[in-house]
Parts: sequence; C-alpha cells; structure tokens
Amino acid sequence: MLLIDCPNCGRRSVQEYNYGGEYNPRPENAMERTDVEWAEYIYMRDNKWGLQKEWWYHQSGCGLWFLAERHTQSNEVLKTYFWQKNDVPQGK
Amino acid sequence: MSWKLIKQALNGSKPLPRMWHERPIKNSYDVVIIGGGAHGLACAYYLIKDHGITDVAVLEQSYIGAGGSGRNTTIIRSNYLTPEGVQFYDESLKLYEQMSIDLDYNVMFSQRGHLTLAHTDGSIRTMRRRAEVNQIQGVDTRLIFPDEIKKLAPYLDVSDRPRFPILAALYHPPGGVIRHDAVVWAYAHHADAGGAHIHQGVRVKDIRVTNGVVNGVETTHGYIKAGAILNATAGWCTTIADMAGVRLPITTFPLQASVTEALKPFLNVVVVSGSLHVYVSQTDRGELIMGASVDPFAQYNMRGSLAYLEGIGGHMLELFPMLSKVSMRRQWAGLCDMTPDYSPIMGVTPVEGFYVDVGWGTYGFKASPIAGKTLAEAIATRSTPELIRPFRYSRFNEHALVGEKGAAAVGH
Repeated sequence: MLLIDCPNCGRRSVQEYNYGGEYNPRPENAMERTDVEWAEYIYMRDNKWGLQKEWWYHQSGCGLWFLAERHTQSNEVLKTYFWQKNDVPQGK
Repeated sequence: MSWKLIKQALNGSKPLPRMWHERPIKNSYDVVIIGGGAHGLACAYYLIKDHGITDVAVLEQSYIGAGGSGRNTTIIRSNYLTPEGVQFYDESLKLYEQMSIDLDYNVMFSQRGHLTLAHTDGSIRTMRRRAEVNQIQGVDTRLIFPDEIKKLAPYLDVSDRPRFPILAALYHPPGGVIRHDAVVWAYAHHADAGGAHIHQGVRVKDIRVTNGVVNGVETTHGYIKAGAILNATAGWCTTIADMAGVRLPITTFPLQASVTEALKPFLNVVVVSGSLHVYVSQTDRGELIMGASVDPFAQYNMRGSLAYLEGIGGHMLELFPMLSKVSMRRQWAGLCDMTPDYSPIMGVTPVEGFYVDVGWGTYGFKASPIAGKTLAEAIATRSTPELIRPFRYSRFNEHALVGEKGAAAVGH
C-alpha cells in the first residue's frame, strides 16, 4: 500500500488522502489573459511520466492541502511540504 | 469460421497460416501509426480500404492489443448524452454489427442488451434526458422500472433492502459485448493483407518536426521518415505528443477490472451502475467480468490494489447478494487518457502531419471502427470529417467542450 507523509500528521495510507492534480498555479493578471492562455491553464496538463509535483489533501486527517513530489510510474514519494509563495510548477 | 475449423481438425499436422507477418522495417512510410491497438489497426485498415493508401506502418512498443484493447471489459453501446456523442458512437455500433461479415472474422458480437441502473431521482432525470436524446437520433434506448428490470435480470436485487435501491434503469437493447482480441486480430489481418506493415516491439523515442511539419520518427530500430503520423497511444499519448511539441489536456489514470470464477449462465444483459462504480457482464465461459471507475490518483503504474477489490466486491453484493461465496480470480489494470469533458480528441493538430486519436479515457474500445474510419479520412484528405468535428483538438482553445461525463463515466 502506498504511504504518504503528511507534513502535519506524518506517514499515513493513501486512502486517507484526496489527490488534487498536478501543481499548476493560476495565471497572474487574470483580466489581461486571452482565451487561449486560459485554455492552457484550465485544460492543458503536463501529465508527466516521471517525477511530478502535485497537490494532495489530507481529507481523513488534518484537512490541510500540501505538495508532494511523486514518480508517476514507481509511485515513490520523494518529498512532501506545504506550499510556499515561491513554489514554481515543474518543467516550466 | 466453423467450416475452417472442421477442415483444420482433419488437417492437424499443418498449422493455420499466420494472420499477420513480421516484415523488415522500411526507412520511409506515407503514414506511420504509433500504437498497435484496435484504433491504430482500424485506421490502417481503413486507409487501405477506403483511400488506397497502402504504404502504412503500425508501430507497437509491446505486442498488438497489449494496451487498452486487450484490457477493457468489451462493452459496446451508443446511449450517450450529447447529440454529437450519440451520432458518433452509433456509427461505431453499426460498424461493429457488420464487422464479422465485413472482415470475415468471428468477433462474437453478442447484442444482449445494456442496463444502466438509477439509484437516485437525479439519475432518473438524467436517464430520461438520455432516452429522449437517443430516440431523436434513432437509437433504441428507453427508461424501464423494477418490474421490467426483474424480468431482464432475475438475480438483480430490485428490493428496497440495499442502501441505494434500484429505482429505474436505462435499457439499451442494441448494446452488448464482443470478443476484443478478435477485433484487434481481424483488423491486423486485413491491414497486413492489404500491404500495411505491423512492427511489434518497436518503441518511438522521438518525433522530428521541421518548420511545423512532421518529418519522421526516431525509434529503437532506427529513423523512419513519415508523411503523416498518428498518435493512437491512449494512456501514453502525452509522452508521444510531447515529442512533437503538442500540448494535450490529458491526465493518465489506471482503471482496474477483474473476473470471477466461472458460474452457470445466469446474467444475459450488461449491468452498469454509475452510483456504485461498477459494470458487469457474464462471459461465454461463465466468468463475471467487471470493472470500476478510474483509480483515485493519476499514475502510469498498472498495479492492482486491494482497495479496488474491496470496493467492487461490496458494490457487486449490493446488486447480486447471491454472489457472496464466489471468488475473484484475476485482476488487472489498463491506462486511461482522461480529458476534461470525457470526449476524445481526434484529427489535426497545430503540427502539420501530426494527427491525434487520443483522450479515449474509459470509452475507447467501443469506438474503434468509427475512430479508425474517420481518422483514415482525416489523414487521407488532410481535413476534419464532419462526424468528428465536435472532437477537434482546437475545441479547448475555443472553450467549446462536448460534456459527456454524465454518460461516459461511472463514479460521478
């Protein structure tokens, strides 16, 4: 069974968590963005084979959102941490 | 087919001729299809049959039919929600009905009827709408209630015992099951006989694009020049599209399925419950084959989980309490390329000569014939056929989605 370290509660089963999708920050200056730029943000995904930076939500625990770096083939979770202002999406 | 079998029985020492052949890889093809599943092979077949394009290669990293084509639960239906979806899938169903005759290959299509169960008032409302949309398009779908459901599936628990009792069902008589390997083999056989090359064990490593036009593919077996490239790689489609520099709105999720031990025939319809995340039918061997919704998080890993078995076991017993002593025999997973609107992405992309047939999520197998036919037309004419215009790549930039979640998915 896959275990994920919640930065607040420690190591728990994956069934306690909800997956929140790949880390994809909202564009800044929303009013100035074109339809195509919004489509890129809303729909397009990296869908990486390999290490992915992604959101998780500890639903059956502390109820906090955090980021994880997980390999999408091996499911190895390299690290988990709370979001910080300078977090950049992977591969951009 | 049976006559062939009798002849072969009397001719025991000689093996049957091969259905397709291993051929040397040429260094150039008019069309290179990446992905040797039902979609890719159907496209090769229709390129030859409808458009006379025979210089075609199908590249498959594993063996043909190893991906979703051999891992799905073989259900065919056309009772979708949007008029675009209904028209498209109904064309596919009609091609499936003719397939054994057209391809002279017994694909064992059994149109046994398809029941989608409603456990809530909300589901009944959606089903009424689906039945109306279907009937306007000439597709036989109607809403039925427990008395009639009981006649079609006597072992289904339609009492008020379960937590979510069965209130009604969407009945779709033309729906059914088919032998999925036979579909793959029939297309492979005819594509091969028509001149297409099927290369198994060949993996694409890169796609060369010059000035926005495709040039060819770099593979584990050397460089192959190509006039047109089709990406028909389902769960892996993002990794291939990345090579051509085309962004896709796709996330890859595994979906798990399983079979039980063989039982006496007792279920002669396909039973689907969206609320309980389960679809089940009984195979000709007597096994119950069932699948669930996609796994709860995105990954390329196809390992089975205990959580799936517990979930589907519990839900199956809600529907069929008499199965409590039946054991599960095998479990597997396949990769699903999910789009935001649960509709596929087909046809041209911003890179000239690079076509996609992706985003087939959990509903790709039932569309194989029509996807192959329309994609072949798109490649031959370098334009988008009317039937697949709603599924064009540019719909995302235009914010013109085709929302099929209500009819394409279980577990919503």
